[in-house]
Amino acid sequence: MSNPLGEVRTLAGWGRTAPSTATVVSTTDLDVLARAVREAGPRGIIARGLGRSYGDPAQNAGGTVIDMTPLRRIHDIDPDSAIVDLDAGVSLDELMRAALPYGLWVPVLPGTRQVTIGGAIANDIHGKNHHTAGSFGNHVVSMDLLTADGQVRTITPDGPESELFWATVAGIGLTGIILRAKIRMTRTETAYFVVDNDRTENLDETLELISNGSEDDYGYTSAWFDTISKGAKLGRGAFGRGSLAKVDELPQKLRAEPLKFDAPQLLTVPDIFPNGLMNKLSLSAIGEFYYRTTPEQGRGAIQNITSFYHMLDLVGEWNRGYGNRGFLQYQFSTPLNAHEDFRRIIQKVANSGHYSALNVFKTMGASNRAPLSYPHPGWLICLDFPIKKGLSRLCRELDEEVLAAGGRLYTAKDSRTDPETFHKMYPRIEEWRKVRDTVDPEGVFHSDMARRLQLVG
Amino acid sequence: MKAGTVIDAVGNPQTVLLLGGTSDIGLAVLEQYAERKPITAILAARASKRRDEATKRLESAGATVRTLDFDARAPKTHAEVIGEAFAHGDVDIAVVAFSVLGDQEQAWTDADKAIELAEVNYVGAVSTGVALAERFRAQGHGHIVAFSSVAGERARRSNFAYGSSKAGFDAFYLGLTEALRPSGVHVTVVRPGFVHTKMTEGAKPTPLATTPEKVADIVVDSVAKHRELVWAPAQWRWVMSALRHVPRPIFRKLPI
Repeated sequence: MSNPLGEVRTLAGWGRTAPSTATVVSTTDLDVLARAVREAGPRGIIARGLGRSYGDPAQNAGGTVIDMTPLRRIHDIDPDSAIVDLDAGVSLDELMRAALPYGLWVPVLPGTRQVTIGGAIANDIHGKNHHTAGSFGNHVVSMDLLTADGQVRTITPDGPESELFWATVAGIGLTGIILRAKIRMTRTETAYFVVDNDRTENLDETLELISNGSEDDYGYTSAWFDTISKGAKLGRGAFGRGSLAKVDELPQKLRAEPLKFDAPQLLTVPDIFPNGLMNKLSLSAIGEFYYRTTPEQGRGAIQNITSFYHMLDLVGEWNRGYGNRGFLQYQFSTPLNAHEDFRRIIQKVANSGHYSALNVFKTMGASNRAPLSYPHPGWLICLDFPIKKGLSRLCRELDEEVLAAGGRLYTAKDSRTDPETFHKMYPRIEEWRKVRDTVDPEGVFHSDMARRLQLVG
Repeated sequence: MKAGTVIDAVGNPQTVLLLGGTSDIGLAVLEQYAERKPITAILAARASKRRDEATKRLESAGATVRTLDFDARAPKTHAEVIGEAFAHGDVDIAVVAFSVLGDQEQAWTDADKAIELAEVNYVGAVSTGVALAERFRAQGHGHIVAFSSVAGERARRSNFAYGSSKAGFDAFYLGLTEALRPSGVHVTVVRPGFVHTKMTEGAKPTPLATTPEKVADIVVDSVAKHRELVWAPAQWRWVMSALRHVPRPIFRKLPI
């Protein structure tokens, strides 16, 4: 299993579950990367960014893993066209800091900025603005892809190899290694949001607020909701919805430097937490705190990106709080206005004996052309469970509910479903496989996720 | 299509190999996995009616079953059989569950019986372990569940032949745990006490006697937690650590 170009390391996803061992190649030399691809052994090769996917897409037991983070040069920022040209290992945080002085905003930001450009494309990530801006792949102008033959191809959304382009968007690294990309940025006058907050008392009010059309008034929307409290409080929500602020919406003291951005990190969680610390009591308290600190009905508050968007970025390595047994994020979708499905699923979770505090709800917009892209018009729902006995059964029951409702799971979050369920959730998967198999007939690109979900070969 | 994967986030495998494909405890483990998630079960045992029954039993639990002809007394063939198990994709868990008990008085008075017991329980287990280690190292992941016994912890007059074979087995697989750690491969050595199975049929149950299903519960939980050494049930650990230090003249007189 050893590859002379790298060192043997054990890797896991952000959920800290199911680690496996691979030879990790870390280099800035593109020739070495091409050689690693050409000389990949029978267990294949996969690219890895900052390891924020919860499950197993960026690990490859017994094979090779390319650490993309050394490839982190921003080659060009063009304020006129709003296009940036950068290496795939650049993080969204680095891109945001570099582009803001030019009045350019990262078009799609997920729940953390600690993801690479390559990972953002390979999972076709989405953010609070999905209903207005679509997913990350929609903003890629072109990319350089190192394919199984050791060649680098430049592919575009509408060019001669557009099929390969859209198979690479959301293709979880299985078509090749994304080396470099051009991204079309969004123009902004400020680095602030104008935010409205709302709190709902119960599930009925929550469902009313997400279905009454008010989501369309904002560029960015999402909500927290309660799945732990039983009775009337179950399903109560805390909404934060807003849009990028214009300069004249800022208070006087912020107008001098409207594009100023500071992202404090208050602390890094040490790796000392026992399993079981995240229990009903502590998770209820976290939920209650979040609910209570959201204004009942706030209008027009000016917030920076950390307060509005990335609360968890205040705390480094927060996944350590779950102990070494780790945790699992169950993110799924339903069609729009699936009130009954949503109600039933929340009830099931509340009665399951498994507790999730960090629940996210979001209305999603149109899909793009990528066959494996997760977002589709509908509702996104996300739950975080500490790993404990019986969780497997609950998740399988939820899988059935999601499948029956016409929803799906997300590759960046999934760490446990089976191939049959996954394939049913993505009806265009055969179309994707055909493109993938043509560009990589030998199955050089491979990962633990690809083996678990039978995506290659 | 090549199947198999790393055991998932909630401890479920997709392909499980059972060496000793008719073992009651081994089948109980595979049955539990099959009920949690669709699995491919590979049963390695001699072709027999019992193997056919085992196949049916796992199929009704929802598993897809493959069978391989495996003779525990033919160590030279083990690498090939195990290679065959891995030929169609990754194996996530291999359960080493074959052993013989037999008449324990014959087992130290009849040379043929003594040799058979040592060949199956120790030599066969070692050749199996070597072949599994090679495959799992190449794969970069995997989990071996090795069924030892409390009998190996301190051999008693009443079953020391069996106990001695399990003592060797235990030491080998505990060592394998250490040797495979850097390759990302895990080993769980399980030390059950008396379990009601066809192997112990007719024998007098000892205290703490348990069932294959209860042992399977412990195994599934231990694999998910990557535990390296477990007793089934857990109380055996305290019983055996006391018994281990009992002076020989007293040990001899204990009613065990």
